[in-house]
Amino acid sequence: MKKELLLGNHAIARGAWEAGVEFAVGYPGTPSTEILETLTQFPDVHAQWAANEKVAFEEGMGAAIGGVRVLVTMKHVGLNVAADPFMVFPYAGTNAGFVVISADDPGMHSSQNEQDNRYLARVAKVPVLEPSDCQECKDFVRAGLELSEKFGVPVMLRTTTRLAHHKSLVEIGDRTTVPKREFVPDAKRFSVPIYRRLLRPKVEQRLEQLRAYAEETPLNRIEEGDPMIGVVTNGISYQYVKEVMPQASILRLGMTHPLPRDLLVDFCAKHGKVYVVEEGEPFIEEHMLALGIPNIEGKQRFGVIGEYSPGRLAAALGLGEVPEGFASEINIMPRPPMFCVGCGHRTVFSALRQMRVTVSGDIGCYTMGALPPFEASHTTFCMGASIGVAVGLERAGEERVVAVIGDSTFVHAGMPSLVDSVYNRSKLTLIILDNSTTGMTGGQPHPASGKDIYGGHAPRLNLVALCNAAGVEHVSRVDAWNRKQVFGAIREALEFDGPSVVIVHGPCQRIPEMKQREIIPFFVEEELCTQCEACLKVFCPAITLNARGFPEIHPAECTACTLCAQVCPPEAIIPLPPDRSGTP
Amino acid sequence: MSEHEKTYGVLFAGVGGQGALLAAEITAMAAVSGGYEVKQTEVHGVSQRGGSVETHVRFGKTVWSPVITPGRADLVVGLEKLEALRFAHFAHQSQGTILVNDHEILPGSVTNAAETYPHEALTFLNDKGYRVITIPASEMARDLGDGRMANVVMLGAMSNLLPIEEKVWLDTLRKRIPEKYRQPNLKAFEAGRKMSDPPKG
Repeated sequence: MKKELLLGNHAIARGAWEAGVEFAVGYPGTPSTEILETLTQFPDVHAQWAANEKVAFEEGMGAAIGGVRVLVTMKHVGLNVAADPFMVFPYAGTNAGFVVISADDPGMHSSQNEQDNRYLARVAKVPVLEPSDCQECKDFVRAGLELSEKFGVPVMLRTTTRLAHHKSLVEIGDRTTVPKREFVPDAKRFSVPIYRRLLRPKVEQRLEQLRAYAEETPLNRIEEGDPMIGVVTNGISYQYVKEVMPQASILRLGMTHPLPRDLLVDFCAKHGKVYVVEEGEPFIEEHMLALGIPNIEGKQRFGVIGEYSPGRLAAALGLGEVPEGFASEINIMPRPPMFCVGCGHRTVFSALRQMRVTVSGDIGCYTMGALPPFEASHTTFCMGASIGVAVGLERAGEERVVAVIGDSTFVHAGMPSLVDSVYNRSKLTLIILDNSTTGMTGGQPHPASGKDIYGGHAPRLNLVALCNAAGVEHVSRVDAWNRKQVFGAIREALEFDGPSVVIVHGPCQRIPEMKQREIIPFFVEEELCTQCEACLKVFCPAITLNARGFPEIHPAECTACTLCAQVCPPEAIIPLPPDRSGTP
Repeated sequence: MSEHEKTYGVLFAGVGGQGALLAAEITAMAAVSGGYEVKQTEVHGVSQRGGSVETHVRFGKTVWSPVITPGRADLVVGLEKLEALRFAHFAHQSQGTILVNDHEILPGSVTNAAETYPHEALTFLNDKGYRVITIPASEMARDLGDGRMANVVMLGAMSNLLPIEEKVWLDTLRKRIPEKYRQPNLKAFEAGRKMSDPPKG
């Protein structure tokens, strides 16, 4: 059998392809994004980015009742957006296999909250599978699709950041072709709420059957060890347990909802003391407590907040001290992320900082506008919230409120809010940062980008026309790298007595077209430079002071965005002539 | 424990954009070719925007956790001084080695004059009893034509300290680096390799 070193997310994509998935859809979100991107490289699968997770889920749902195997991908908070279809789908149940990836982010590496989506699955009465390594990331997709078809139920495959974003060896297989199932229109199943009451008992019956399945499935397994120490664990925590307590008996739960009653009770009865080691919330532990199992210990010892690690387990078990670093002895200042060299967001936040307005931010790279040196974004909650929160701030009496949202986020969840704000006679100014991509997650196309997931041309949503259609009377569109234009347009919009939108257009420096273009870097002509340091206030990572006290632009990093040249009073920043290197 | 039963741990630390991830990936691929079981962590999303980046590679006969426990790493490879300092405690106090690129990238808070950069980081780590090897990797890479190859210079320097043959490293580099950049990167690797002592015994 051939083995390859695969990222957890690559393994999930591979698993979907091997298991005959024909349609895959999602919305980008760390740590789930690479799954769909990888699937574009496989034949016989149609992948697409949806406008948001709710749309993705519904498209997947349609394809699954239409008879083909489906994979839907999103991060944990994405499932909040898709919660509506997620909660009702199990009533009708699925036709072909349907697996939704919920990529949770303990430790909040790239998220606004910690959220254990096993609880959402419990509310939806949906089974949950949790792999423990990359091989299982691949295998559990097939297991999930088969489970889905066996019980006619959507299945959640829950990963976490460490699992999704680590690599290990995976056995590679071939694709199984799965015949399309017939779509049978059935009003009693797929429509009319009155019939839902008839479906309701079936949901409970199915859950009981799944519970019985959980007792038998090889996804849950016991590894016999020391009879005095038992561990119940799941997901990536399993690896940490093997590392720290190699002698313990382990009940590894690969299926964590519904939980196997008898398996848990019997395992605990046979062991002196049982630790429940699950990252996140005490989902398994609470269930065990409800079953009246007396000899367990979990969250009280290992904690709820943040990621687990072998070091954390060892320390919690008193198996040795873990060194903590030297921050108390020497100045190890944080290095927060910042706008890339040449990022067009820089202009907007320079303006907002200067204008001292109240800024309601949103989800994307521009959350960094809240950090020093800009400190010009004052709230960030969830996708699309900038506009609603701005309306609320206005109602609460704040003046000069500006909402800032990215193009992808605007399409995702901002459009209804914009319509609402106009309808409710808000006077807020909305800035749409149109960088033609979903930047934070690495550059995925969206409906306003003009590209599809395969890089081909796609119909492009016209943002100006859309804002006009919503009834916004003052709409302007400016170049992100033209400081005068951006400052002027924002000022005008703020002065306008009514709702206004400024679309600031400047493609992300990380998208292929921008990376591949020829760049003539700028440099500082020291003979002209007065050392006023105005260019340093642009806060571009490519500009530093050299040993002579002059600003210096790193030629390999410069994107020729010209923002520094625009603020240089003596015009000492100019394109680098071909016969000169950047470092004189 | 013999070389074959031991689980090795290498932590790469750097600033987003320096290529810590690529160095880790090449190490992981080389370890696979060397016949080991391998796990490697990655960072995606917001940290890649010029923030602090760490990535772990573990290889051996059996590897459970992909994450290295502080105090257990055989090597901490710092592509930047402050980042080496931030993750230095992952190195094994007596048997570990910290390899540092003699290069400083000032965080925004320093250029803002709000903070003072710990220029004395390496002396500090030496005083703590760590084995610290300093490599002028950025300078060497610049001399070879492109400062961005500092990660590969560091890879060359650390390759000497791991039980993987030189040929495996070179084959992996050839496989992983696109043709356009291959030759200069092979040179960068060789230059780095000459900077560290060959393994003992």
